[in-house]
Amino acid sequence: MAPADQTAAQYTCPIVLHPLTVRITHWLNALAILAMIGSGWRIYNWEPLFGFTFPVWITLGGSPEVSQHWHNEEGLAGALQWHFAAMWLLVINLLVYLVYGLASGHFRQNILPIRPQEILRDLRAALGGHLVHRVGERNAVQRALYIGVISVIVLTVLSGLSIWKPVQFQELTAVFSGYDAARYVHFFCMAAIVLFLAVHLALTALVPEVLPPMITGRAGRRR
Amino acid sequence: MSPIRKPDRRGFLTGGLSLGALSLLTGCDLTGNEPAQRLLWNMSGSNDRVQGWLFYPNRLAPTYPESAVDRVFRYNAFYPEEPAPQLDPTTYRLELSGSIGDKRSWTVDNLYQLPRTWQTTRHVCVEGWSRIGKWGGCPLRIFLEHVEADLTKNYVGVIYADGYYTSIDMPTALHPQTIMAFTFADQILPRKFGYPMKIRIPTKLGFKNPKFVVALSVTNDYPGGLRIQLVPRLLRRYCGRLGEPSCRKIYVPSRSWPRHRLPEASRPDLSPL
Repeated sequence: MAPADQTAAQYTCPIVLHPLTVRITHWLNALAILAMIGSGWRIYNWEPLFGFTFPVWITLGGSPEVSQHWHNEEGLAGALQWHFAAMWLLVINLLVYLVYGLASGHFRQNILPIRPQEILRDLRAALGGHLVHRVGERNAVQRALYIGVISVIVLTVLSGLSIWKPVQFQELTAVFSGYDAARYVHFFCMAAIVLFLAVHLALTALVPEVLPPMITGRAGRRR
Repeated sequence: MSPIRKPDRRGFLTGGLSLGALSLLTGCDLTGNEPAQRLLWNMSGSNDRVQGWLFYPNRLAPTYPESAVDRVFRYNAFYPEEPAPQLDPTTYRLELSGSIGDKRSWTVDNLYQLPRTWQTTRHVCVEGWSRIGKWGGCPLRIFLEHVEADLTKNYVGVIYADGYYTSIDMPTALHPQTIMAFTFADQILPRKFGYPMKIRIPTKLGFKNPKFVVALSVTNDYPGGLRIQLVPRLLRRYCGRLGEPSCRKIYVPSRSWPRHRLPEASRPDLSPL
């Protein structure tokens, strides 16, 4: 097709940036991650690993006062219920995404390969403020971040499983050097995901036109 | 009428979800929250089944060398250490009921005649901490066989001297590492850790490891657990009957019941670690 036709086609029929499966799994994942972090923070508060706790209002698990009134505990059980419910959404959705990504070529075409020199180049450009955002293309830094956060989520699930079932999954727990160490791994994975979220949301705020395609799948008219 | 209000599943999440939940439940009626609660309860039930599948009757909890034992073991209950029940060995009786052939009660001396095994295992608390300890006592399976319990029933119900009660599913009760512990760190089980008898279950969270056990019952009915509305009755029935002077020291439930108590919400019987 001639370049002119291509341009015309893009004007009349916007390209599909994000396939339906990617969009659905993205938003379900967002929901699951929020529920896991919110309830996880309250669970953390019961036995903090470090010298701080999370403000209760930001955590998930029902009202501590109501729980205290009815059940004589301050909302740990509610947080556990949320955590052990949302984990299924997280894991099943993650598996669907990974299988889709491998089978459809989504990873091969859109995310891989990433080369260190490309990452450095794009990072330098981004920090210098002259990285061009091309609709439908992910730069090397973005791709590295996506691979990174997906790997971290997988690690979070594995460390979570070894905390959940340190007897039945004892070999897995041993990989993390035991129950107590697995809690630290789980915590730092959460911290990495939160950091990713901060960057992810900040970039979306800076370039808001990337948001509609994640909902409709299509880029708007060319700028 | 009991002064304790009956725990109400509906009340569990009603009336003030956190901001995180609000953001997730946009569109739900926040005065009722029925769908969210129903969903969580259903998930809890499904998790019970999954956990039942995951539980292998002969899969042993990891054991540790004695050098790994935590020197200072942690006390945890829904009341402070000081009022923990102090049972008198001269009047203590372990009561048996339900599908058990020989329902005679057991004195401390009788219990101490049972064969013993020792284990150094990790105690994992639902709150997230864990400690390694050494317990010694008789495998519950040997005891249940000895008293001719019907091992085809579904549950062993357990009543604690502090009025708490819980249930152990039969596969867990018969697990080789589930023991009636009489010693802790090679000493007679201390009062705070459940003298004279604790049921040590290394495949379960700490709150499913009963202390100061005063009664066992073998049954098909789900005995549930942690039903606070039954506490006053149990206190009268068991402490009154046992005639323990120390029972008067037992914490009396009130509105300010402390925090270390879990609702049925998180009590899955089939919750192997």
